[in-house]
Amino acid sequence: MLEIKNLHARVAEDGTEIIRGLNLTVNKGEVAAIMGPNGSGKSTLSYVLTGRDDYVVTEGDILYNGESILEMDTAERAAAGLFLAFQYPVEIPGVATMQFLKVAMNEQRKLRGEDELTTPEFIRLVREAAGDLKIDMDMLKRPLNVGFSGGEKKRAEILQMALLQPKLCVLDETDSGLDIDALKIVSDGVNALRSPDRAIVVITHYQRLLQHIVPDSVHVLYRGQVIRSGDKDLALELENNGYANIIKNAA
Amino acid sequence: MNMQSMRPITAAEQALVDNFVDRLGSLPGDGAITALRDGFIDDIKQNGLPTRRVEAWHYTDLRNLLKKVPDGGGQADVSAVSPLVPGSDIVSVIDGRALNSDAPEGVSLGYYRDALSEGIAAQRMVLQNADDLIGRLNGAFANDGISLDVEDEVALSDPMEIQVIQGGGQSHSRFPVVIGKGVSGTFIERHISQGDESTLASTITDLHVGDDAHVVWVISQERGLSDTHFGQINIQLGANAKLTLFVANAGGKLVRQEMHINAGGENSELVLRGVNLLGGDSHTDVTMTLDHLVPNCVSTETFRNVVFDRAHGVFQGQIRVAQVAQKTDAKMACNTLLLSDHCDFSSKPELEIFADDVQCGHGATVTDIDENHLFYMKARGIRERKARAMLVKAFIAEIVEELDNEALIEALENRFENWLDAHG
Ligand SMILES: Nc1ncnc2c1ncn2[C@@H]1O[C@H](COP(=O)(O)OP(=O)(O)OP(=O)(O)O)[C@@H](O)[C@H]1O
Ligand SMILES: [Mg+2]
Repeated sequence: MLEIKNLHARVAEDGTEIIRGLNLTVNKGEVAAIMGPNGSGKSTLSYVLTGRDDYVVTEGDILYNGESILEMDTAERAAAGLFLAFQYPVEIPGVATMQFLKVAMNEQRKLRGEDELTTPEFIRLVREAAGDLKIDMDMLKRPLNVGFSGGEKKRAEILQMALLQPKLCVLDETDSGLDIDALKIVSDGVNALRSPDRAIVVITHYQRLLQHIVPDSVHVLYRGQVIRSGDKDLALELENNGYANIIKNAA
Repeated sequence: MNMQSMRPITAAEQALVDNFVDRLGSLPGDGAITALRDGFIDDIKQNGLPTRRVEAWHYTDLRNLLKKVPDGGGQADVSAVSPLVPGSDIVSVIDGRALNSDAPEGVSLGYYRDALSEGIAAQRMVLQNADDLIGRLNGAFANDGISLDVEDEVALSDPMEIQVIQGGGQSHSRFPVVIGKGVSGTFIERHISQGDESTLASTITDLHVGDDAHVVWVISQERGLSDTHFGQINIQLGANAKLTLFVANAGGKLVRQEMHINAGGENSELVLRGVNLLGGDSHTDVTMTLDHLVPNCVSTETFRNVVFDRAHGVFQGQIRVAQVAQKTDAKMACNTLLLSDHCDFSSKPELEIFADDVQCGHGATVTDIDENHLFYMKARGIRERKARAMLVKAFIAEIVEELDNEALIEALENRFENWLDAHG
């Protein structure tokens, strides 16, 4: 489903290379975890995947269902089924969350040539998804993410994911800022989306999340490259021993 | 002779003077009023239109900006339009002539032409300051308008809409409005042009808000791409009165809207809000003077400006707090989104404070659309154009939604949305 081949990407403004020859394949139905020290390029990779124009790809390719997406803009990639749950969700004053959700769902449907949702259909879908994630409907009347607590923001990201039903989900540190109960609720939300025709990439620092969302593969990112891949036991090994050994062996 | 009079007269200045001579015989008024008219046109002739050297007009150099003056009244087929807020009571001035209309219970209407003919309009024809071009222009040319008197304690259930509609040429009208004690009501002043002819209009509203009255006054600028409008509203605010003044500028080629407010009764509250949506080659100037003359008054002024294309915008806000006006609380903010490299917005806040126990402040920001907001929205599949439009709406929505009237909010939001759809 996702093939990243020898990807190099730089910061557009100053040319600093952040992603330095990264290779990664994630298949349909797979849950892949990406771990790695702070500053190794995990969030940058998620931005490059979504086509943020602060970064330029200088070499390599990103294939989604076998086709390069490098020429597609951010909105087109989203409509094609790519979703990023942000490490730091953005607050947008003046745009009510409900209105934002409705526009996003309908814009994606339009880009795919589908009919727009009616208001009752839309409300029903939101009620259901919000109920599963224990999100209060009143919160959704407020401007998007404005004044939401850290945990509420992360839940709102998963709510959007549940509503947009993407095909490739990238979750950037969705576990940070969540209390123990919320971690369980959010993980259940993610697990509910696991399906044979969907792939999920979970970026995290902690084994704890991976006990709830058990990954099929684990990849270690360091200085813009995947330096080691393995199964879920690799996450346990990292939890116990840290990154030092793996980095030394890769060098 | 001052220096200015030595400049060559411009085509626009000459046209105004010629026009005045042509109309002289048909302008209503007794001897005193005729003398006032003559004096005003003489001032214009002597001093010319204001240039950037006149401080109050520094950002609106009329001598350069006003290139042409259309003559005569309009000939186009012009008619009243449906109200901004459904169910409003409408009074209208069409091509400079006030129409006969019904007034709701508790409101009496009069024609300003009668006040002129009877000579009682002379007391109104005072200038706001030494450089009051709008006062002079309107004073010289005004031939009609509508006066509104609202009896004490009347609660108007529907808004009253004053339509100033024009199909071409010039129109100059005046609106003396006296709102009684304890009245509550919403008033909407709309400036509309019809047809393709260019127009020039001046309007002056004299608004007296009685003690304890609660009034919402909206000025909606809806003129076209080749229209000039000089508007002025002069306000007296009574004790314990609350006035929400909302300026909605989304139209016109050359617009100056002045507001001169006297907070003369204790414990009054002024809520001034404005949205300026500016596009094309337009020039829009909003100029306010606010005098806090007595203690314990509150005023807040917030403007949100969105500027496209090659448009120019101006906000001048001057707050003067007299020495006796202790405990005045005045806050002014002017926030601008500049959406092209060729547009600009000049903001000039001025506080003159002679009292020592007051809270006064002002702030101005100029920004572009936030790239982080834009990226987040695009990452959810919302296309750039749509995302930008949503963010612009969000920027102005905050102050529109502050209004305490659902129907009015909806009407203004629709109007802004239509404008943005055509310009965004
Ligand atoms: N726009 C940018 N301009 C300059 N430097 C950048 C930019 N974006 C990322 N970087 C740098 O690239 C490196 C990788 O950052 P990134 O946010 O991708 O790390 P991360 O792996 O997500 O870290 P963390 O675990 O702390 O979230 C960092 O050194 C960061 O400072
Ligand atoms: Mg990160």
